[in-house]
Amino acid sequence: MPPAITAEGLVKKYGDVVALDGMDLSVPEGTVFGLLGPNGAGKTTTARILTTLLKPDAGRATVAGFDVVTDAPRLRARIGASGQYAAVDDHLTGAENLEMVGRLYHLGTRRSRQRARELLERFDLTGAADRPVQGYSGGMRRRLDLAGALVADPPVLFLDEPTTGLDPRARAGLWDVISELVAGGTTVLLTTQYLEEADRLADTIAVVDHGRVIALGTADELKDDLGGDRVEVAVTGAADLEAVRRALAPLAAGEMRVDAAALRLTVPVADGAASLTAALGRLAAEGVTVRDAGLRRPTLDEVFLSLTGNRAAEPAEPAEIEEYSR
Amino acid sequence: MNALRTAVADGVTITRRNVLKIRRAPDLLGGVITLPIVIVLLFAYVFGSMIELPGMSYAEYLIPGIFVQSIVMSGQITGYTLTQDLQKGVFDRFRTLPMAPSAVLVGQTVGDIVMNVTSIATMALMGLVVGWRVHTAPHEAALGFLLLLLFAYAFSWVTATVALALRKPEVFNNIVTTVTMPLVFLSNAYVDTTRLPGPLQAVAEWNPVSVVIQAVRELFGNTSAAMPAPEAWPLRHAVPAAVLWSLLLLVVFAPLATRLYGRAVSR
Repeated sequence: MPPAITAEGLVKKYGDVVALDGMDLSVPEGTVFGLLGPNGAGKTTTARILTTLLKPDAGRATVAGFDVVTDAPRLRARIGASGQYAAVDDHLTGAENLEMVGRLYHLGTRRSRQRARELLERFDLTGAADRPVQGYSGGMRRRLDLAGALVADPPVLFLDEPTTGLDPRARAGLWDVISELVAGGTTVLLTTQYLEEADRLADTIAVVDHGRVIALGTADELKDDLGGDRVEVAVTGAADLEAVRRALAPLAAGEMRVDAAALRLTVPVADGAASLTAALGRLAAEGVTVRDAGLRRPTLDEVFLSLTGNRAAEPAEPAEIEEYSR
Repeated sequence: MNALRTAVADGVTITRRNVLKIRRAPDLLGGVITLPIVIVLLFAYVFGSMIELPGMSYAEYLIPGIFVQSIVMSGQITGYTLTQDLQKGVFDRFRTLPMAPSAVLVGQTVGDIVMNVTSIATMALMGLVVGWRVHTAPHEAALGFLLLLLFAYAFSWVTATVALALRKPEVFNNIVTTVTMPLVFLSNAYVDTTRLPGPLQAVAEWNPVSVVIQAVRELFGNTSAAMPAPEAWPLRHAVPAAVLWSLLLLVVFAPLATRLYGRAVSR
């Protein structure tokens, strides 16, 4: 089966700023592909090119077999897009918003109306269906926006930072909805800056930085690349840190990390749970009191930081600056 | 579905959306109704008590000018609404849909006709209250109202173009007010242009606002033989000149706005 989304060498420049610098993607049908990266990495620019909102300066891309530039009108009939700014009309009711989208997909009046009701029910918005969107909470607006992307039951769905700005509860609710969708076989391209979101939803994650993919794989593969398990020990006093370091040095399979401020020490280990048992034995033998000790895998945060470095201080890409200032 | 049918169907869908929005947004409609009432009362009683015209009451002279002034002001709503939709990402959603690209602007401008009809009707009623009368045959008066709507529709495309070029609601408001104020005041809306100094007089006589006002004055019979007749060509042939001006604005600004819409998010 051909991939649902392909991109080869996409380039997009804004004056001197290179937003995309040879972006390559291939998303198999029926999978969730997460584009993960810091602000300004090129996630949104990629999503905007794939949804025909932007034309690339170089390279080519297809969605559902249609070229994003030369076949844009036919492509649009096969996709749904939901952005970080819930694009719903405040003065229209939830039902009217979805019916309008249905008509613009040319589903016809009756089918549009029926589809709107189905989706409102599915997204738990039936009670608010006939109220103007103005009175909706942030989570409800996002759900409605997402419902709008599903009106035509598109085979490919683009979710650009679907939960940015939501409170944790609304976010978890939206994740459940997205998980269900995926179970139905829809191909999803998800951009996010939340590692937890990518970890939870995406089959494959592409870490994006400076406009290109710098790492690609499942969440587990990315974590494995950074090294396997690690034993983490927390102590009650700074003096104990050195004792722990000495006691555990023989177990270390890589460089140990000491976080003096958090009174915490991380040791990469080779044998998983056996290494933890060994570590606790050594600590007991040395008579060191520990506050907490455990075995854990690297988090996606660590993967992300090790790949991209700390980029918080760098400017966002122009498209995003533009959006923030709007 | 062929392209034209799609374009029409999508235009109707967006028009319906905009009419719903107008009905649900009392602030917009309120401005369109209350502002003309206040303006008619202020001008009719404040200026009307001071300005004497030969052969006719000032109210008769004034009301056609107020009609056009209100059209120019409520036309700004078209542009303002567009900048807001742009800001909220509504256009991003529209542009990922398989709809006709023309539908958004057509739907917006056609929907705003509702606003203009409301505004013109309000002013006509207020005009009758302060002493304005129609002295011509019904078909001429009807033509007068149609001409007002045509100019209003054309002017909506002008503000749409400005809005899509400027993109931000605040910037749009500032610029458009700065431009429309002279457009309205450098006209024959309140004063007889023959009394303006030379260069200003030329500008006022060719100003589309003056031309449309002169045309509806003629079509409503709000003229006086005792008033000095304008000499400039557009004012001597006001009705065809007003139609020409409106069509010219449409021909220039509709394609321009459409092109800007295509680019509005494509950067």
